[in-house]
Order: sequence, then structure tokens, then C-alpha cells
Amino acid sequence: MKVEITESIFKPYEKIEQYQKSLQIHGQYGAVATFVGSMRDFNDGQQVSGMMLEHYPGMTEKHIEKICQHASEKWSLLDVLVIHRVGEVTIGEPIVAIAVWAAHRGDAMDACRHILEDLKYQAPFWKKEHAGGGDRWVKNNTAGYLKD
Amino acid sequence: MSITVKYFALIREQAGKSQEIVDYRPGMTVSDVWRTVMDEDLPSDIKVAVNMEYSGTDLGLNDGDEVAFFPSVTGG
Repeated sequence: MKVEITESIFKPYEKIEQYQKSLQIHGQYGAVATFVGSMRDFNDGQQVSGMMLEHYPGMTEKHIEKICQHASEKWSLLDVLVIHRVGEVTIGEPIVAIAVWAAHRGDAMDACRHILEDLKYQAPFWKKEHAGGGDRWVKNNTAGYLKD
Repeated sequence: MSITVKYFALIREQAGKSQEIVDYRPGMTVSDVWRTVMDEDLPSDIKVAVNMEYSGTDLGLNDGDEVAFFPSVTGG
């Protein structure tokens, strides 16, 4: 399992492939579920040009590790990678990447979604958007679906 | 005998600082720390962590603990 918090822009698919190559699980996994979250140019009815992502160094990493550990106990997983940006982020850049390796697709996909949702609602990150009317703190994350 | 208090995001901006040290008193709770630094009751919408773990507001503290106050999280 690996959790990485980075201030630098990253290439999610290259990172996932690179990490996969470092694992000693060749032939064991039948499924790799991935999620990549990127920055939109709109939120809450307003255009945004970028944002600053703040975190709690130490607690953020520790909490994401706990989320991944919990997922590993609930599903049968081989490995998990989570990468999350902090600092200044601009439109279109990746914010978060999650990859889950498992023998079977159900475990990989369910765990990937679970890790993402737990991260969004529990991991200590805070977004401050640069919007047309000035900077603003995002109060809550949006729902997972456009139409609930 | 001290507690390290940390603030994040909007709370940090409102406090005008990212952290401070307060004197530890035996029996002190998380709510007591907020009352000491802000001179008001801890608002119910503020999240709390003690030593980097989510915590309730009535948790009793130990000398040297780190207490953090922050708004709802918005990562991912």
C-alpha cells in the first residue's frame, strides 16, 4: 500500500503503471480498478480558474492509510495506491488518483469507490477556489452523481 | 505543561494564525481548549482532531497533546 501527497503535478496513469511494476503480484491480479479526479472549470454555478488545496501534514497521510487498511479488511485486495495533490492546482490537472489491485473485479471496484468516498468525506483536505468573485472556501463536496 | 493547538482552512484565517500553545490544566477537554483560545463555546460544525485522530469535543486531554480545529473536509 502506498499513500503519496504531492505539491507537484503528476501523470496518474504513468504513476499507476510505475507502481504496478514495483509490485510482486504479477499473475495474481485479475482486476485493477482506477479512479482519477481532475479539476473542473466550474463549481457551484461559477467559473473557477484554479484552487489552493490545504491539508494537515501527518494526519492526512495517516487517515488515508487507515481508510485503505479498512478497505483491505472489508474486501480481498492485493494492493492500493492513493496519490493526492496539495498546493496550487489549475484547471484540468489531476487532483487524486486511486488504484486498487485484486484477484476479482468486484473487490477492486467496490474498494476503489469506498476509498474515494471515505477520502472525500473524511480525509483532511480543504479546497479554496479562485472564482470570478474572489477566492472562496468550498463548504462541502458535491454529490457523487449529477442527478441523485 | 502545554497543549499545541492547530487551525486549518477557514478556521486558520479567522484565528489569524496556524497554531499556538496553551497551558495544560489537568481535566482539560477539547471544548475547554477552544473556550480558552476563542472565548466562546465550540461551534458544533467545527471538526476536531487530537493527536491526528478525529475526536469528540468532551475528550479529556493529556499534557503535550496536539489539538486541531477545522471545517468540513473537501478533498478528492
